[in-house]
Amino acid sequence: MENIQQQFVEIFGTEWGSMLFSFASNMTFIFAIVIPLLLGVAYLTFAERKIIAYMQIRVGPNRVTFFGIPWLRGWGQPIADAVKAMMKEIIVPTGANKLLFILAPVLTIMPALAAWAVIPFSPELVLADINAGLLYILAMTSMGIYGIIIAGWASNSKYAFLGAMRSAAQVVSYELAMGFALVCVLMMSRSLNLGDIVNGQQGNSLLNWYLIPLFPMFLVYLISGVAETNRAPFDVAEGESEIVAGFHVDYSGMAFTVFFLAEYSNMILVATLTSIMFLGGWLPPVDMEPFTWIPGFIWLLLKIAFILFFFLWFRATFPRYRYDQIMRLGWKIFIPITLIWIVLLGLIMQLPESIRSSFPLNIWF
Amino acid sequence: MDPIKKFFSTFLLFELLKGMAVTGRYLFKPKITVHFPEEKTPQSPRFRGLHALRRYPNGEERCIACKLCEAVCPAMAITIDSEQRKDGTRRTTRYDIDLSKCIFCGFCEESCPVDSIVETRILEYHGEKRGDLIYTKEMLLAIGDRYEEQIAKDREADARYR
Repeated sequence: MENIQQQFVEIFGTEWGSMLFSFASNMTFIFAIVIPLLLGVAYLTFAERKIIAYMQIRVGPNRVTFFGIPWLRGWGQPIADAVKAMMKEIIVPTGANKLLFILAPVLTIMPALAAWAVIPFSPELVLADINAGLLYILAMTSMGIYGIIIAGWASNSKYAFLGAMRSAAQVVSYELAMGFALVCVLMMSRSLNLGDIVNGQQGNSLLNWYLIPLFPMFLVYLISGVAETNRAPFDVAEGESEIVAGFHVDYSGMAFTVFFLAEYSNMILVATLTSIMFLGGWLPPVDMEPFTWIPGFIWLLLKIAFILFFFLWFRATFPRYRYDQIMRLGWKIFIPITLIWIVLLGLIMQLPESIRSSFPLNIWF
Repeated sequence: MDPIKKFFSTFLLFELLKGMAVTGRYLFKPKITVHFPEEKTPQSPRFRGLHALRRYPNGEERCIACKLCEAVCPAMAITIDSEQRKDGTRRTTRYDIDLSKCIFCGFCEESCPVDSIVETRILEYHGEKRGDLIYTKEMLLAIGDRYEEQIAKDREADARYR
C-alpha cells in the first residue's frame, strides 16, 4: 500500500499524489464491495427460487448452464435474467412524471448501496470507519423509502400509488421498532461504531454475542428487517394478488431491475446488520483452534447466509399479513416490547457493580 | 385455550415455528417433478394425440372416404374430398385435419369403420406459422407409416375393450 502511495506522490507531487491515491484506493474498495454485492444479489435470487421450489417439492430453475457443464445446471439463470432485463425497453407511461419516474429507482438503490460503506467485514476491512456508523445505517435504510414513494407517485397509477402508500406507512412504523432494538445493542456496546459493536461481543464463545442477552430484540430486529425490506410476509407494498405489483407496476426493463437489485441488496444489508449486531459479525462461534483458522470475513459471510436463508424460509412459509395486522404488530407489540426492554436493560446497567457481578452466570453486564 | 397459555404461545411465535417446521421438512423431501424432455409421464394405449392415417400391410391406404369422421367431428376440423379411382374403389383426394380446431375427442377414431384415422401418442408437435397446423392427407399418411408399429400395438392392447 505505502509503495503505491509513494509512487503516486512521485508522479503527481505531494499534494495531488496523496489525494489521487486516497481517491483511487477508495474507488477500488468501493468496487470491491459493490461488484461482489451485486453478484450476491444475482445468486440470492437463484437461491430464493431454488429454496422456495424445494420447499414446494419442485426443483426450481435447472436449465441454464455455463458452457454446457451438466453439474452447473441452473447456475446460469441469474445471468440470463440479467441479460434479458437489460435488453428490454424501459416504458415511461404517458401520464407519468418522466423525471421522477427515472429518478425513483436511482433513489432506491443509492442508499441500499451507500449503507455498505460502514459495514466492517473484518477487524481492519471497512471502507469508512466512522463513529456514527449505526446512525448512518439508520439514515440510509430510511432513505430507501423515498424512492418507493416517488416511484408510486410518478407512475400516475392507482395501484402504484396504493403500493407506495402502504410501503411508506409500513416502513415508518417498523423503523421505530428497529431503531429501538438497535438502541439496546448500542446500550450494551456503548458505541455507535459497528466495529466496536462487534468487538463488544468478543469472548470465549457465542454466549457472548448479543443474541443471548438481547434475544427478544434479535427477533424484533429480524422481523422488522423483513418488514423494512418489504419481503413476504410483509410484502403488502407489492402484493401481487391485490395491487398487481405495487409501486413498481409500471416499471419495466432495467428500471425494474434496479428496484429488484435494491430490494435484494437491502435484504443482504439487513442480514449483515443482524449478524453484526447480534451474531458477533466476524467473530468465530467458539474462540478455539479449528474455528479461529477460518478468517473473520468467511464467518461473517456464513452468518449472513444463515440469516438470508431464514428470509427465504419465511417467504416460503407464511401467507401475507393483512394490512391492519401489520400495523398492529408494529405499533402495539414491537414498540412496547422494545421500550420495556430498553428500560429493563437500562435498570440492569445502572445497578451498582457489586450487585451486577453477583448475578449467576453473568458474562454480559 | 386459556388466555395466558394463548398469550405465551402467540408471543413465543409457537405457531409460526410450527409452520416453518413443515416447510423445513418439505425442503428435504424427494422432489416429484418430472423433467420433461428427459423424462415423460406414462401414457395409456388410448392416448389421444396427433392423428395419423393408416395403411393395410400391402401398402393400400385404408380410408374409403365414407366421411363418417367428417360427419361426427364436433369441431368440424376434418375436410374430405373424394372420387372414384380407376379400379372402382372410392378414395379420398383430400383429407385435411385442422389441428387448431381439433379438440382431440377421438370421435373420428371411434367412427372409422376401417380403422384408418387414428390418434397416436405424439403430443410434442408444433407449427411455426399460420397454416402449419392444417395437416394434409400426405402428412397424415406419413405419420401413419412412421409410427405404424406403435399404432398397431396400441390397437392390439385396446382391442378387447372395443
